[in-house]
Amino acid sequence: MGLNGSAAAGTAAAARGGTGVVVRVNGPLVEVEGLAGQAVADLLAIGDGRLEAEVVGIEAGLLTAQAYETTSGLRVGEPVVGLGRPLSAALGPGLLGGIFDGLLRPLSGRPAWLAPGSWTEAGTPRRWGFEPSAAVGAEMTAGSVLGIVGRDAAVVHRVLVPPGVSGRLESISPAADLDGASTVAVVAGRRIYLDELWPVRRARPASARRPPTTPLVTGQRVVDLLFPVVKGGTAAVPGGFGTGKTVLLQQIVKWCEADVIVFVGCGERGNELADALHDLAALEDPRTGRGLLERTVVIANTSNMPVMAREASIYSGMAVAEYYRDMGYDVVLLADSTSRWAEAMREFSSRRGDLPAEEGYPANLSSALAAFYERAGQVETLGGTVGSVTAIGAVSPPSGDMTEPVTAHTERFVRCLWSLDRDLAYARHYPAVTWRRSFSRDGDAVEAWHASAGRSQWARSRARALGLLGDADRLAPMAELVGLAGLPAGERMVLLGGRLLREAVLQQSALSENDATCAPAKQTALLDAVLAVYDRCVTLVEAGVPPGLVEEVDLSGLVRVRDEVGPGDAAGVDRRRDQVLGALDGLSPAGPAGGGR
Amino acid sequence: MTGVGPARLRLQVEYEGATRASGPLLVVEGVEGVGWDDLARIRLGSGEIRRGLVLEVHRDVAVVEVLEGTAGIDPGDLAVRFEGRPLEIPVGEGWMGRVWDGMGAPLDGGPPMLGSDRRPVAGAVLNPGVRDVPTEPILTGISVIDALTTLVRGQKLPLFSSAGLPHLELAAQIAAQAHVGGESFKVVVVAIGVTRTDADRLLDILEARRAGSDLAVFLDTADDPVVQRILAPRVGLTVAEHLAFELGHHVLVVMADMTSYCEAVREVSAARGEIPGRRAYPGYLYSDLASIYERCGRVRGAPGSLTQVPVLTMPAGDITHPVPDLTGYITEGQILLSADLHGQGCYPPIDVLGSLSRLMRKGVGEGRTRGDHLDIASQLVASLSRAGDVRDLSELIGTGALTDTDRRYLTFADEFAALLLTQQPDESRSIEETLDRAWTLASVLPPGELTSVSARELAEHYGGDGRAEEPADDG
Repeated sequence: MGLNGSAAAGTAAAARGGTGVVVRVNGPLVEVEGLAGQAVADLLAIGDGRLEAEVVGIEAGLLTAQAYETTSGLRVGEPVVGLGRPLSAALGPGLLGGIFDGLLRPLSGRPAWLAPGSWTEAGTPRRWGFEPSAAVGAEMTAGSVLGIVGRDAAVVHRVLVPPGVSGRLESISPAADLDGASTVAVVAGRRIYLDELWPVRRARPASARRPPTTPLVTGQRVVDLLFPVVKGGTAAVPGGFGTGKTVLLQQIVKWCEADVIVFVGCGERGNELADALHDLAALEDPRTGRGLLERTVVIANTSNMPVMAREASIYSGMAVAEYYRDMGYDVVLLADSTSRWAEAMREFSSRRGDLPAEEGYPANLSSALAAFYERAGQVETLGGTVGSVTAIGAVSPPSGDMTEPVTAHTERFVRCLWSLDRDLAYARHYPAVTWRRSFSRDGDAVEAWHASAGRSQWARSRARALGLLGDADRLAPMAELVGLAGLPAGERMVLLGGRLLREAVLQQSALSENDATCAPAKQTALLDAVLAVYDRCVTLVEAGVPPGLVEEVDLSGLVRVRDEVGPGDAAGVDRRRDQVLGALDGLSPAGPAGGGR
Repeated sequence: MTGVGPARLRLQVEYEGATRASGPLLVVEGVEGVGWDDLARIRLGSGEIRRGLVLEVHRDVAVVEVLEGTAGIDPGDLAVRFEGRPLEIPVGEGWMGRVWDGMGAPLDGGPPMLGSDRRPVAGAVLNPGVRDVPTEPILTGISVIDALTTLVRGQKLPLFSSAGLPHLELAAQIAAQAHVGGESFKVVVVAIGVTRTDADRLLDILEARRAGSDLAVFLDTADDPVVQRILAPRVGLTVAEHLAFELGHHVLVVMADMTSYCEAVREVSAARGEIPGRRAYPGYLYSDLASIYERCGRVRGAPGSLTQVPVLTMPAGDITHPVPDLTGYITEGQILLSADLHGQGCYPPIDVLGSLSRLMRKGVGEGRTRGDHLDIASQLVASLSRAGDVRDLSELIGTGALTDTDRRYLTFADEFAALLLTQQPDESRSIEETLDRAWTLASVLPPGELTSVSARELAEHYGGDGRAEEPADDG
């Protein structure tokens, strides 16, 4: 990776705009005077240390810029030049398996202590084995495949004609080891480099948006069964601290059925990131048999790294996600946490003296959030294939207050909300996704998908589960008041059914080998097993069996089966269901009834 | 300030007079080439020297926060020189065994810390790509912490407390007793805005360790200037980072009270006229706290570690207050102190169900503490949770209506307080003793109730192989 392609362009533009001077420094906010030819969103190199900064406002010749490095020691009067390009990331091979900062600069190979200005290109650039697949003379359009890198990799890298370029392929590199700045091909007089420099704040174009139709299987039952997300969909995960937000997101990073994962650690903990990287390196992708890290791009802007790079990291991540989408992959972008991103915007707008909107956030908070999630979607790419970006954002509401601006705005713009609940977490019910404050607006699409796969039961089971959980929640306070014995038999069974759903289906252990992920077949088997047991219990009490007797039947086998059979073993769940049903039949006044179904 | 005038000292200009002094801030006009975050040297008319940091430069105007405060400052009678570098302190082992103020000046009558090896107190950012996963414990000798919320080398694990609770005693006990087996271990204690009485008590408890040159204390007392409170943790962490990452020691930094720190940040923010956020704390409080809390961890391939135990008091006991809330978002768990337990005379009054060490899973077990540690710990937490439910139930329907098993849970809860939780403020227990006590406690319950432990562990430990010195045990 490298910014090689841009270096020459930058110098040229600098010569155009001349040199300005710093007139004000207030943390990451820098004001510059005397620099012409700059546009909003252009990059500057500030001061003797050439700190990167982005122009965010221009007024009467005065540029306001946000610096992406600490400005400690930056003096009024230091020189400023324009880099002649907007905030851009070098997209190319070498992203997968790597760890990058908020501006997509590689962190591996950097010193242990990141000093500002230590980002100058170092060492020899890595080289990649390029294999051409297009023939000279062919008519190319944006998105056409020029060749590939990494035939045997977990994710084959397709080198495409970038957006905005089309015409005759005049020349193409033979099979060779190339670095990022090498010319891969020339199309209609335009050189195409292996690394593509893309302005990250701009959405990469696609031919058409397609209505999402396929669920993104996350392997997490509460998500897949109750609040499913589709490939190309959006989801937000609000949760106070200690509710298991990071664990849930990491579970999705590890187990969701995506081709590529982009994980943006935005203002979060360094140790946690180290831990996630360590786990990813150790785990194997069940679908490819390759290390999970090989399909993952990690962007790390931990909470002590420069604040404005945190603001940029979300866009860098999205640009990477779209880049792989354009190759025809299903990509999942996880941002942990979008609240820190919003806070970075707030911090800067406060330094600028902008008129604050809600809780000090800038007035454009909601439009920025909406625009970010809008970049997700399933598309027909410029090259004619289908790819998707699914965006999942964590939200960290201060004091767990769900009415605060970031949470309140986000939930308007996403298709799925997986709310984490402190009471559930306190009761060690993980993942602590509450069915009371969560939703999925893609249930219909997922239902159709299941139905077309012959699982027409899916929607009915899901609706029954949600109904039963709601009824159990409604009855629980009553049971506490009057005691279980004071409730009618049917309602006692509702409470039993609710408990079984929570313990046997919705709880899932991230640490268990069998339970960390769960295939769709096992998911539906577990849900249907619980519903079948519940139905049998209802039948029994309706036939006059005292509810106390039913409640005393040992159902722990049903609760434990998620942990005792393999992640895809639906038959094992069915066998356990039949055993439990058999035990219940022992209570039947008519003696054991026939069949387990 | 007669007859001095702007004097050029090694290319550094001394500016005479300031246009405004208010709260911690000084505004100096007519300056040239001043860098953001630069150190300023302020010479008062009386000859007294104060230091300041540049918070903002705008053309020829510099806003300086005065570390020693502006009390006694006449803006018309002073001279300011900007040093062209950030605030730095010397680093080295010379800090150890001594007592310093929040800025690193000696408080114990000894000589000042000198040295040419200096580091900026703001610190540098540790590349997340070189961080190593914390996987080894620090043992505090406090049973309930070691057993259930184990502190891991490189972790940041705060104490969440309320006014009137013995959090300072507990923090001091941790600082006095913590160890990492036989390896080299250093402790840095930073007291932030504590009262003189508390400071004396703290020094008392830490006396033995300080004498052994393994401990440095930085004392910022409640009557010290507010800016010093902002710098004290950074001074302590700069010393600690050098010990940990350059000299290879395992270092524990205990910082109390972070609520006082946050109030100081708020005070400076208000003086600057910044837009207030929640409870009038500035919007950047999260980033600011992170710039302290993230200064911990391990570096791949390096021997040392830096661990933090910040202490904070939750105003009015409110865990949703911005200080505990933002802290909780950054730190890796919390140890929650309970006023109820304190009221019952328990020490340490730790609310186990509200406490959590996120890194514990990888920090305990065979070769670290003991093979059965993680299982017995999750068993005790699960059983305590169940015991809480049973207690609620028994209050509703009376103990008479409880099943036998449920009554065992009530006994379990009482025994928990007696066997594991309660401990003397100067008592240090080995991890062996702690885990043995944990099993003695678990054995109050029928073996069928212990579903979190393996059959092998049950066979090996059930029945209390512990050394819990209960004379009635043989009955």
